[in-house]
Amino acid sequence: MPKLGLSHLEAAILFALFTSVVMGITTKKTDRERLRYGLYCFASFLATLFGLGWLMYLGHR
Amino acid sequence: MAEKLQQPKAPAPSPAKWLHIIALAWLVPGSGHFLQKRTMRGALLAGCVLVMFVLGLLMRGSLFEPQTGDLLTTVIYVGGFLGNLSSGILYFLTVWLGYAQPDVAGHVHDYGTKFLVGAGLLNVLAMVDAFEIAVGKKD
Repeated sequence: MPKLGLSHLEAAILFALFTSVVMGITTKKTDRERLRYGLYCFASFLATLFGLGWLMYLGHR
Repeated sequence: MAEKLQQPKAPAPSPAKWLHIIALAWLVPGSGHFLQKRTMRGALLAGCVLVMFVLGLLMRGSLFEPQTGDLLTTVIYVGGFLGNLSSGILYFLTVWLGYAQPDVAGHVHDYGTKFLVGAGLLNVLAMVDAFEIAVGKKD
């Protein structure tokens, strides 16, 4: 079985993507709401990811 | 003093209505939606759980085995095991086919372990959604 080598960022973005899709589908009632909530979750994941990344970078300088 | 308005509780839906759907949704991710003719949503949920689980395997994540001890050990290992188990047939197939990755250091393995547990937790969300559709709380 081949081994997949991903960076922290790639793995975290993939995790955010799948989680956002499922959260969008399972929490809202109409397709429009699902799409909006999925995009909102994904954007929130990314904002947190980059925010914490910069915080750790600046904290270790 | 404000009086509390007591509304009569709706009777709990019969397990015969949802038990088989939940069992199938656990065993085969997305199937609870397929069974209730929510094909597109079922396909998306199944795809997400499957791809996340396979990515976890490709990253050589480890599967949890239940261990007890102090509180933190119990929560992590029993919780992780339940998370793995929630993937249903994907977990059983993986174990039956002899996948046994030891827990080793490294961020790729670590993400793999989280992806394997995360896939199970996403399937729990899918099961809850299938339940709500079955009892009529959701379209």
